[in-house]
Amino acid sequence: MLKQLLLQHGAAPSRRHFLVTSVAGLSGLALASFAPAALGQGAPRLPPGQNPTERPEAFVHIAPDGATTIWCNRMDMGQGIETGLAMICAEELEADWARVRTRFGDQRGAYVDPSMGMHLTGGSNSVKNSYRQYRELGARMKAMLLAAASQAWGVPAAQLTAKQGQVSGGGRSAGYGELFEAALRQPVPESVALKTVAQFQRIGKPTGLTVSADKSSGRQTYGMDIRLPGQLTAVIVRPPVFNGRLRSHDASAALQVKGVRGVYPVRLDRGGQGLAVVASGYWQAKLGRDALKLEWDLDGVPRADSERLNAQYLELVQQPGKPAPQPHFKADLAPLAQAPKKLLAEYRFPYLNHAQIEPLAVTVDLQAERADLYYASQMPGVDAMAVAQLAGLRPEQVQIHVQMAGGGFGRRATPTAEYVREALDVALQMRAAGAPAPVQVIWSREDDLKSGYYRPLTVHRAEIGFDAQGRILAWDHRIASQSILAGSPFEAFMVQQGVDMTTTEGMREPYAIPMQLSVHHPQVNVPVLWWRAVGSTHTAYVMETLIDEIAEATGQDPVAYRMQLFGREATRHRAALQLAVERSGYGRRKLKSGQAWGVAVHESFQSVVAYVVVARLQGKGKQRLVQLDEVHAGVHCNLCINPLSVEAQVQGAVAMALSTTLPGGAITLKDGVVQQSNYHDYRVARLPDYPRRVAVHIVPSTEAPTGMGEPGLPPLAPALANAVARLGGGRQRALPFVFG
Amino acid sequence: MPALLHVNGRVRAVEVDPGTPLLWALRDELGLTGTKFGCGMAQCGACTVHVDGVATRSCVRPVSTLAGSKVLTIEAIADDRVGQAVQQAWVRHDVAQCGYCQSGQIMSAVALLKQQRKPSDAQIDAAMAGNLCRCGSYPRIRAAVHDAARALA
Repeated sequence: MLKQLLLQHGAAPSRRHFLVTSVAGLSGLALASFAPAALGQGAPRLPPGQNPTERPEAFVHIAPDGATTIWCNRMDMGQGIETGLAMICAEELEADWARVRTRFGDQRGAYVDPSMGMHLTGGSNSVKNSYRQYRELGARMKAMLLAAASQAWGVPAAQLTAKQGQVSGGGRSAGYGELFEAALRQPVPESVALKTVAQFQRIGKPTGLTVSADKSSGRQTYGMDIRLPGQLTAVIVRPPVFNGRLRSHDASAALQVKGVRGVYPVRLDRGGQGLAVVASGYWQAKLGRDALKLEWDLDGVPRADSERLNAQYLELVQQPGKPAPQPHFKADLAPLAQAPKKLLAEYRFPYLNHAQIEPLAVTVDLQAERADLYYASQMPGVDAMAVAQLAGLRPEQVQIHVQMAGGGFGRRATPTAEYVREALDVALQMRAAGAPAPVQVIWSREDDLKSGYYRPLTVHRAEIGFDAQGRILAWDHRIASQSILAGSPFEAFMVQQGVDMTTTEGMREPYAIPMQLSVHHPQVNVPVLWWRAVGSTHTAYVMETLIDEIAEATGQDPVAYRMQLFGREATRHRAALQLAVERSGYGRRKLKSGQAWGVAVHESFQSVVAYVVVARLQGKGKQRLVQLDEVHAGVHCNLCINPLSVEAQVQGAVAMALSTTLPGGAITLKDGVVQQSNYHDYRVARLPDYPRRVAVHIVPSTEAPTGMGEPGLPPLAPALANAVARLGGGRQRALPFVFG
Repeated sequence: MPALLHVNGRVRAVEVDPGTPLLWALRDELGLTGTKFGCGMAQCGACTVHVDGVATRSCVRPVSTLAGSKVLTIEAIADDRVGQAVQQAWVRHDVAQCGYCQSGQIMSAVALLKQQRKPSDAQIDAAMAGNLCRCGSYPRIRAAVHDAARALA
């Protein structure tokens, strides 16, 4: 499938590079850590004029009245990327920002990431990889507008200026809208001069979302709001245990439900089988589903159980696993035996669900020689290929209409396009039964929570030798976690010597620690996937709580200790932590009785976030609860495109990370069945849980920007855990927190 | 027999089973998709509308219980003075991230401000606790509610 995609984009000569970088984007792994050579090769070569940075006509449209539309080559799931990319383009275009609107691109070649070669939203890559692209697009379109005016007025382009959506010079002026049609007939300039950072007017200015008013009035549509003529609704009943199959079913009662139009078998992910109930609307389909009589065939289907898995993984990490391939994970462990001080710690992390508030929903309009799909696709190119293959269509006969996502956090990007294939299969079954119609497949909350995918359950074990000064002499580290990428098309590139890089990302850096790292990847019948910040959701927790514990054990201030332990290259870590420390008053301000400080810092997806938090413990004994009072963030994402978006992403990451520490913030399985079903038993932070004070401070920089969709998440839980330890709540070795 | 619903100032006939939740009558029968489906059991608040001025989870409120009641949804909230102030505050504070929960958040905030012209932090937390935001727009929700209250004062 990927090969086909690759050939479609004409990037065959750099196939390896294409795949490696594609996967890096997908997972968010800092690829440079293991494949610097691959990174150095630059972007895949595309035929002249096909490069997505050289196609301004695919990204900018200006109506005669000046209304300016900028296309976004990503899906927006709340990270504000449509606004961020539009700002970057508008900066060089000299557009009138008040007239700028945004739209989403699709699976076609113009909208691939210029360095990954595919349309993919993930890995906090969007701004990082498209910053230069969108500047060039804006600059090219501006040059074409100037050329059009020059031609029409007979005035040399050098005497014309473009500003605020107007071209003027030679005693004349015209709005961009008047010149746009003629501009499209101008040659696309091969090279364009770009502004310096000091010349930026829009970039760096706090800017509200282009769709803020729509999102505050019910006008913004999402995948589930698509309404096509004659559209029906389907819900799918899935097996109680992953991969289960239908032994028998009786749909007669379901077919009696008013509004139910049909019941069809559906091929599910991983070889499972389900039934789709198609009806005039959701409620009718749901009533139909409730009326189905089903018998499942679960013979031989492995039944995962969280308690057993925890025990099994703890057993596994008593022995070394497969060695992590990078040289800095191969330290000599001999000094461990003689170390004056030792620390042995084992950590447990549960499965987690993305729990985006809009459950998955895909609308399929299947025609004889065409398929149109409407949903918040995170990888429309990959999805389109999967659709073409399953429907027996040519790739160009498939159109993915990318919609705004009601949250995502990784759930909408499955390498197998599983939820897209399921929806398509419903349409295929309807057609085969002689009842074709556009159909919207809706997942209920219960479907979404119980049917996968999940952040993998993970166990860590660390044995650390250090001296009285806190000098770390040797660090033996083992992780047990399912591989996210094994069995996916990305395995060949992202699983190195048997170790999935998404499991180990975030380990060790930026501390120059002599570490030996090895990994166990058990096979478990639970579907796993990236979940906002991926591996760093557990590695940051382990690293930052252990570093803190060593500081405490050797009587050192946790900030000073980190500053001393940072490697020489960790200048951004220092700056981010310093900023959070300064602005929080850490070490200078006296806290209220019962409050304590907590600190953590972590780099993920090439951005660094440091947190200084203030927390309290309430209640007694096992009933204790943590109250997070204050969060002070120091952020280093190089040049900040939109401070309002960066702040929002950090504010939001605080809530999502906080959820992982709260009672009930876990997915657990018993006898193969997910025990949680809805928000009453899968805890998501609510307004009263949220700290009263969250301040986000950004380190000024003019370096090319890095992304912020994920990096705010990893260091929050460890900063809070470190405060809990100072409050006498013990070293929390598991998430969610448990008090003894 | 069709049920009659009084929605946003108009009487509308809907052909649904009387047990059908208001949410699906709005979304599937009346095309009012601004009200969102999130959980189906009054746990997330994405489906919040006003029934006779009271913030109500439409996903668990059967159509059969609405005879003679007035339903107000996000689509018509701008016609209300408080509603307009809340919407404007939401835009000023750029509250929305993905925005999916915000219809419900706004409906809950409007109901609060109609009861309580100058709510305290604690009152805002209590009134909005039933509205989840997985993106974590919470600090801006708090700020926007206070700001709307000031604008209305």
